[in-house]
Amino acid sequence: MSGLIGKKIGMTSIYDASGKSVPCTVLEAGPCVVTQVKTVEKDGYDAIQLGYDEKKEKNTPKPLKGHFAKAGTTPKKVLKEFTRFEEGSKKSFGQVIDVTVFVEGEYVDVSGVSKGKGFQGVVKRHGFRGVGDSTHGQHNRLRAPGSLGASSWPSRVFKGMRMAGRTGGDQVKIINLQIMKIVKEKNIIVVKGSVPGPNGSYIIIERWS
Amino acid sequence: MKNQLIQYVEDNFVEKKENPKFKAGDTITVSYRIIEGVKERIQQFQGVVIQITGSGVTKTFTVRKISGGIGVERIFPFNTPLISNIIVNKRGVVRRSRIFYLRGLTGKKARIKEKRGL
Repeated sequence: MSGLIGKKIGMTSIYDASGKSVPCTVLEAGPCVVTQVKTVEKDGYDAIQLGYDEKKEKNTPKPLKGHFAKAGTTPKKVLKEFTRFEEGSKKSFGQVIDVTVFVEGEYVDVSGVSKGKGFQGVVKRHGFRGVGDSTHGQHNRLRAPGSLGASSWPSRVFKGMRMAGRTGGDQVKIINLQIMKIVKEKNIIVVKGSVPGPNGSYIIIERWS
Repeated sequence: MKNQLIQYVEDNFVEKKENPKFKAGDTITVSYRIIEGVKERIQQFQGVVIQITGSGVTKTFTVRKISGGIGVERIFPFNTPLISNIIVNKRGVVRRSRIFYLRGLTGKKARIKEKRGL
């Protein structure tokens, strides 16, 4: 696989070759620094750890400072491990990885933390359809969950029954987003479609071959 | 304010088009290229502009016409490469920028006063 850490910038639209308007998300991706290299001999598996976004020295705890010093880089805000990164190629501590790991036209997966929605009912949270009609004498059941755990059997509510509660703010991955454009100088990746989370949030872009 | 990187993408990957100026209430003819397989033809859509919405590269306008007694509305992006030409036929006098009240009117009631002396 190959991947990068980045930021969601926002959405816009561009026109494809046939003149169709394509909704796109602009992502700032990398440049990331290799902060650790894990090998089968030493750690039991192959992986590299990437760091992204500058962090103040004074806000970095001493153990982490040592970790970054080992890679010969400044402190980073986000660290993320990528397993089997570009298998066969050797990465070294402090190596800089940028958007050139991707090419235009290929498909990538993007994951991030979705927008928090607060405490929501079952209609919004789980896609329930509510109970009955909005008119014909019925009242206050329109967005209700319905029966939870019938009368004689099972006579209790099963564990894991979908109910109202905190919605959003989950780790969400959107797979197979096509890369429309890459701008190396500005570290921009433009993908087709939408990406979880608010503008400015951190995201992981990865591609499995 | 728009983010610089989004602005960069819009400036570099979307070709801006020079369109004649028009606003809600004007009657225009839009020549729209339609690609069918390998063949290409031009379709004209004439009607009243009922709204202009959005900004930048995602700005669009809505044109309404009556076709065979049925109201038809089409939304066009300003910057789409598929528009080959826009002609302004008439300048209308209207008091608001979105003339949705036109949807409820038919026949003589649906006329718009023309702006004279341009």
